[in-house]
Amino acid sequence: MTLLEVEDLHTHFISRDLDNKICIAKALNGVSFSLEAGRILGIVGETGAGKSLTAQSVVGLLRPPAKIVAGSIRFEGRELTDMPDAELNRIRGNEIAMVVQNPRTSLDPLTRVGEQLARLHQIHSGGPKMASHKRALEMMEAVGLPDPGTRAKSWPHELSGGMAQRVLLAMALMNSPKLLIADEPTTGLDVTVQAQILDLLRSLVARFDMATLIITHDLGVVAHFCDDIAVMFGGSIVETGPVRDVFAAPAHPYTRNLIAATPERFQMGGAKALGGQPPDLYNLPSGCVLQSRCAYATELCQTTVPNTEVAEGHFALCHYAGRLEEQPAVKINA
Amino acid sequence: MTQPVLKIRNLSKRFPVGGGRVVHAVNCVDLSIMPGETLGMVGESGSGKSTLGRVILRLLEPSDGSIEFDGQDITQLPKGQVRRLRRDMQMVFQDPWSALNPRMRIRDLIAEPIKLHVGLSRSERDDRTEDLARRVNLGPTYLNRYPANLSGGQLQRACIARAIATDPKLIVLDEPTSSLDLSVRAGILELLAEIREETKAAMLFISHDLGTVRMISDRIAVLYLGEVVEQGQTEALFENPAHPYTQALLSAHLPADPAIKVSRLVLEGEVPSPFALPTGCKFHTRCPVAIDRCTREVPQAIQVPSGQEALCLRIPDGGNIIQRKEDE
Repeated sequence: MTLLEVEDLHTHFISRDLDNKICIAKALNGVSFSLEAGRILGIVGETGAGKSLTAQSVVGLLRPPAKIVAGSIRFEGRELTDMPDAELNRIRGNEIAMVVQNPRTSLDPLTRVGEQLARLHQIHSGGPKMASHKRALEMMEAVGLPDPGTRAKSWPHELSGGMAQRVLLAMALMNSPKLLIADEPTTGLDVTVQAQILDLLRSLVARFDMATLIITHDLGVVAHFCDDIAVMFGGSIVETGPVRDVFAAPAHPYTRNLIAATPERFQMGGAKALGGQPPDLYNLPSGCVLQSRCAYATELCQTTVPNTEVAEGHFALCHYAGRLEEQPAVKINA
Repeated sequence: MTQPVLKIRNLSKRFPVGGGRVVHAVNCVDLSIMPGETLGMVGESGSGKSTLGRVILRLLEPSDGSIEFDGQDITQLPKGQVRRLRRDMQMVFQDPWSALNPRMRIRDLIAEPIKLHVGLSRSERDDRTEDLARRVNLGPTYLNRYPANLSGGQLQRACIARAIATDPKLIVLDEPTSSLDLSVRAGILELLAEIREETKAAMLFISHDLGTVRMISDRIAVLYLGEVVEQGQTEALFENPAHPYTQALLSAHLPADPAIKVSRLVLEGEVPSPFALPTGCKFHTRCPVAIDRCTREVPQAIQVPSGQEALCLRIPDGGNIIQRKEDE
């Protein structure tokens, strides 16, 4: 059975403007993906594409005005979208764990590190305190924190960025989650530390057979640490598939531009064709969200876009997926 | 022979933090930048990149050493005169959201340096402002807006327009693209390359993103704990990194292409505290090829066959190259 299955998820920001008229920002528009145990899925996209919102929707951490308006999220077959909070709380931090971007602000500054870890275990296990503390030390060791005994007694402010991120990872692992969601786990860390953390993450995924969702804007992380990639734009997953296939033969024009903008592929003089404004979420066009900045856009793109399978397991949300080459590219001014 | 625009010798910056403790942020750095040249400066957080950039512009006072700008020693220059010099040396900061006064219109923000340093008549200044905005691909409609109404890329373009307003000889760019999305970043880099062609301004490009630095720089300096451990031509340094730290740093970079094989050298531990620098070679605590001597002896810069200079005691005996384990 698929561990996590997200189907046609729509999350909107519903608010009222100055005239008390209802404004709806369509932040997620029909996001679907699934994740099996032991797989690492990387979600990439630019600011405002809906990456973090997808993660927050899955773990039920949305706050008003954000609201799931349609779609389903199934974790081991259980529907999460209409689950009562008390039941959801038994799953969150237990079977589904999350590592967030900013390690320093995610730790309680007034509680010693070991205590924070043990507390999380206590809530879910309800067993003896000693066992929780022992587990905390084990996990700190598992994430490569030197001398866990003394580290457990340190305060969050005494940790460096890399160590704080390790502590958060240890915290996520406390209850042996089946699904780990990491939102920008290495952004803001140095490359050598990033390498340590990612290596660690991958070995932990293998050791505990976790399904992992990594949200990042760094294509390098996806290219070398993920099995599958999902590219988001304007609240939709525009392309998804095995990492190697997508990088070798991107089928969606947006993915092509994204990959072309990486330092490895970027050609000086070509930036104008790559950029453009993100779509206005309050006023999305009908059909393809990319049409205003896509060089291949035609009238056909104003109609509902099919999710085309271009190769096995490799999908692109584009009318011309798989046959972009036949389509004349019109230069447009961004 | 052309004079370097900037020449710094033996430059150090220490911050006393009370209790008799001192942060050694920059230690004995020698660097020079020729006119029209772009020097990329890479290093991890806490390596002193930004501090060095600021000391060069005298935004911070150096503790030791000398800074020569355009043939003139500016190390001891009084504040008032440094201010006049800023016409020729400008800076672009990392975070465009906080670098611009939120209560000024973009038009006035771009005109500000012209007003301060050039002193044109009002109509000439307006013309120049519009020229600059056009130069950085910022449409005229944006000129009357406030920073809050612009996106990050547009704000960074306004910052660049400000920096080039006075035709400076040196522009220090402190992580100008690291807070921007990929496609926006590509546009900014392209703009910088064009501006460099047109104005022949020298640039000091500070960044931790190796891919970006490789694209834009002629030469690269690698900083570790406030020390330039290796510097040389971009391609030579990327192809044959000599210092063990450079090797590890470059290997930790993940190219955005799964087809490029990475064989990574993962460094143990973390950067030592700049309060108490290690003795001898500052990298010996994490260096996989360190020998006993490295803990005692301070290495001097040695030129390697591929042309760049590195601070490593093991270069003469060839032990500076870390053996790689193939992974994947």
